[in-house]
Amino acid sequence: MAKHWWKILAVAILLYVIIGGFSVKVPSIGNNQQAARSIFFHLPMWMSMYTLFTISVVNSVWYLATNDLRRDIRASSAASTGVLFGVMGFLTGMLWATYTWGGTIVNDPKQMTTAIALTIYLAYLVLRLSFTDLDKRARVSAIFNVFAFALLIPLTYIIPRMVESLHPGSASSPGFSSQDTAGTIKMVLWPAFIGWTLLGIWIYTLRNRYKRLELKSILHG
Amino acid sequence: MALVKKDLLLEWRQRHALFGILLYVFSTVFVINLMVKEPEEKIWNAMFWVVQLFVCVNAVAKSFLQESRGRLLYYYSLVHPRYFIAAKLIYNVLLMMFMSLVSLLCCILFLGNPIIHPLYFLGIVLLGGISLSLLFTMLAAIAAQASQNAALMAIMGFPLVMPILMLLSNISQGALSPVVQPGLPGMFLLLGGMDVLVIALALILFPYLWKE
Repeated sequence: MAKHWWKILAVAILLYVIIGGFSVKVPSIGNNQQAARSIFFHLPMWMSMYTLFTISVVNSVWYLATNDLRRDIRASSAASTGVLFGVMGFLTGMLWATYTWGGTIVNDPKQMTTAIALTIYLAYLVLRLSFTDLDKRARVSAIFNVFAFALLIPLTYIIPRMVESLHPGSASSPGFSSQDTAGTIKMVLWPAFIGWTLLGIWIYTLRNRYKRLELKSILHG
Repeated sequence: MALVKKDLLLEWRQRHALFGILLYVFSTVFVINLMVKEPEEKIWNAMFWVVQLFVCVNAVAKSFLQESRGRLLYYYSLVHPRYFIAAKLIYNVLLMMFMSLVSLLCCILFLGNPIIHPLYFLGIVLLGGISLSLLFTMLAAIAAQASQNAALMAIMGFPLVMPILMLLSNISQGALSPVVQPGLPGMFLLLGGMDVLVIALALILFPYLWKE
């Protein structure tokens, strides 16, 4: 029980976020009417993705330092779970864009760069599939993972801030800061960040355990 | 830096590869010429960078393939991997700069010349050649470890190279048509930053890749 408190916490927070997210009063601004509720699902996905990709790259570097195959398993499960959350973030964003910007894929730089970043990580997963030698796979994909992470940050964090974008926080529009966000949104959004991130870590640990059993059966089976 | 010299020498001795790529550039541009005659600036720009991309994949990919296993082992006993990758990077940058100039010449000959700021564009072409070759050298090193080389190179390389190509085509647009572009120095800075990042990562990570 002592080890599982954070899973219970995750479920409780997510229940609160889902119920609160659909029932709390959101200010309706312009064409962003009730669609603004997407913020409780769209933003936390990215938080969760960043967390998982960070876990992944840390484990990759760790693998390069120690040559411990379990580190590689951790890196790969974190990356694939991160891709899952990235795709979900992209889908929720598309849904939101359909009602607010009037198009599923609009020519928005942040949308483009995120799509590229996700393709890079999909390439990482494909790269892993193309090896039969476990050690070689671990080493090469760890190196590619460092590359992918090094490009993820400028792609999704620096470029969109430099150019004109429909997203908030770009060159010409106000960012997401604590002053101009309504209190009701904040009350749900901050727990949402924690809840979805915990859920992501939970999925990652499950996948990690499954993969480790698989590795064990390969090595000793 | 004897390694750079050796690579250049080897390139000259194996002229078939070099001329193969030159012929590749020529025929690609000629096919475009047959299809669209003289395209307008925007298409010209896009075509030019796509040609660059494929030339780079072909020119750089073989830099690791041409080394046999035994020879790699021999290098390994002679020099530190960091010097080895540095030599490869320098050699590929030189090769790609040459190739960029050739493909620029071909494009101007066959597709017309929409450039209004020649020197500015030339600078971008060289910078683009350098950026592409740096990234693909590292990718070729990774792909050389895997068995299915060419396909893997494309799978890994194209997503990674997309941001660089996006930046390059945006920057070079300014040399083709009189447009006002906000944030131009920022884009240059970003491109330079990416180059530095790739070099640093290659130098740090290549020794791990070579451990066998």
